Amino acid sequence: MAGTAQPDGGTRPVIQLTRVVKRYTMGSNEVLAMRGVDLTVMPGEMIAIIGASGSGKSTMMNIIGCLDIPTDGTYVLDGVPVNGLSRDQLADLRNQKLGFVFQGFNLLARTTAIDNVELPLLYDRSHRWTDPREMAVAALTRVGLGERMDHEPSELSGGQQQRVAIARAIVTQPTLLLADEPTGNLDSQTTVDVMALFQALNAQGITIMIVTHELEVAQYAKRIVEMRDGRIIRDTPVVDRHDAAADLARLKDTQPVEAVA
Amino acid sequence: MKKTTLFKVASQSIIKNKLRTMLTMLGIVIGVGAVIIMVAIGNGAQSQIEAQIGSLGTNMIVITAGSSAQGGASQGAGTFNRLTLADADKIKAGTTLLSAVSPVLVTRTQVIGGDGNWRTQVNGVSTDYLTIRNWAVSSGELFTDDDVRTKRKVVVLGKTVADNLFPNGNAVGASVQLGRSPFVVSGVLDAKGQSAMGSDQDDVVLVPYTTAQDRLSGWRFVSQILGSTNSTAVIPAAIQEITLLMREAHQLNGGNVPDDFTVRDQTAIAAAATSTTSVMTGLLAAIASISLLVGGIGIMNIMLVSVTERTREIGIRMAIGARGSDVLTQFLIESIVMSVLGGVIGLLVGIGGAQLLGKLTGWAIATPWSAVMIAVGFSAAVGVFFGYYPARKAASMNPIQALRYE
Repeated sequence: MAGTAQPDGGTRPVIQLTRVVKRYTMGSNEVLAMRGVDLTVMPGEMIAIIGASGSGKSTMMNIIGCLDIPTDGTYVLDGVPVNGLSRDQLADLRNQKLGFVFQGFNLLARTTAIDNVELPLLYDRSHRWTDPREMAVAALTRVGLGERMDHEPSELSGGQQQRVAIARAIVTQPTLLLADEPTGNLDSQTTVDVMALFQALNAQGITIMIVTHELEVAQYAKRIVEMRDGRIIRDTPVVDRHDAAADLARLKDTQPVEAVA
Repeated sequence: MKKTTLFKVASQSIIKNKLRTMLTMLGIVIGVGAVIIMVAIGNGAQSQIEAQIGSLGTNMIVITAGSSAQGGASQGAGTFNRLTLADADKIKAGTTLLSAVSPVLVTRTQVIGGDGNWRTQVNGVSTDYLTIRNWAVSSGELFTDDDVRTKRKVVVLGKTVADNLFPNGNAVGASVQLGRSPFVVSGVLDAKGQSAMGSDQDDVVLVPYTTAQDRLSGWRFVSQILGSTNSTAVIPAAIQEITLLMREAHQLNGGNVPDDFTVRDQTAIAAAATSTTSVMTGLLAAIASISLLVGGIGIMNIMLVSVTERTREIGIRMAIGARGSDVLTQFLIESIVMSVLGGVIGLLVGIGGAQLLGKLTGWAIATPWSAVMIAVGFSAAVGVFFGYYPARKAASMNPIQALRYE
């Protein structure tokens, strides 16, 4: 089940950033979005990246997500050095090793849940999968949407859409699940609901990185990394880790009218 | 991505936007339809004209005597008449390419008989003559080879002559007098109308050339020898063959002795007429192609809008592992599917429209298969050509910016 199992027993880091610098030129201005960041994430971790806007957390997310490459320093993803890879190689790496969950769900409109989830498997070039359809069904069942596979995004609630997006992210059994503000568009109960799903998936062995600006959400992770001005200013384990499933049960008790979920 | 998957992905987004897809395809439908109809009309006209020219005898080759010179002044073609029946026999015996050969002995005489008399041209010819001229007998029949051999006094009247001598139409079997000799009318020719020069081609009578030589002209010389081939393609070779045979017959040895005869064909006339109609067809097709071009620009326009509109979708696809080439292929297939589908519908519309137009106007309509192939192939090419730029634009997007696009 766990896509993160390593032959060497999981001692190889999933993410290894070494003195990563990212420099942009916006017009005539030069922006230093990352000023030498070191970060190591081991398999099985659930890490939250927090920070205000402009802190460089989105830039780091893009680099870790292989959507962008560092100006300086090195990034090794699950043993693969990302520096110097071509556009196509980056695309293949995203397909094979990463799963993305975005703030706006980013599902294809007028496309059924099952077709959305199957999509990453269709872009696979390693031919690892024998039956994409079956895997998509399994992923949707895993996020609790086995009953709504033929629904289009417009027929699903926000929480359900985000579950479809999570199913799409885990369907390729990625080494790392990257979530960029996954609860940004959700109400508080759905937020807890989605976080419960992340915690459950993490318990099954999937390494998860969540970028968020809500400290509440970060409390569900095992480790919090805080960024400011392109540098990591705090990297601590979560002492008082929240249990989303328990929180959800408590929320449902206090709110007799169930939110549209 | 597998090919079937690519088509699935492309057709999904085509089906998702039914109205837009149909409007986009409409441009190609009209373009291809217009090209097919225009080419059908032009081609119909061309084949009609070609048939008309064919009836003039386009495969005909005319051998006339060459020119003579007196004291350095050329007297023009035919002045030195050395064509003989022996030449005609030699050509007939030696040819491999000519399907029919006939000498033509021309004289003018008074034809007396029936209701009056008529001065007309008498052509002494062989039985091949009608084949060469692509002419037919409307009543009675032509004289036979046997008649030619035995120099029988039989005559075939041209339509004008028959109308003047026998206005009641009972010419066949009647007796007429040519010059001083009595002839039996064996048949009447079909009306052929005016020649290209404006003379009445029906004002003529035909007699066996042997009889003509004996009874009418008494000349040893032949004014023309006509020949014809089965197809226009072998005409140049046939002309060469005739030239060789004639030089041999006239004992013109050595390369520097000029021909004392001339060999001509009708291809110049036919070529002029067909080139006129093919210019017309080309013109019609060119005008119609403009609408195909406009249709193509319509596709490009819609694809550009579509790419902008689906920036986020492109971003998502790239984020989950689509390569630039995957995105390029997807959009390219979309535009090709739209244009080919439009091309096929346009083809049906064009063929149907051409048939309808033919029925309504009575114009000759011919839809050549080549035009069908070209139209469909061209619509696919339009899809590739006008789809490529938008698809390139989509493929070269930066996934980060595409994902952030609102």
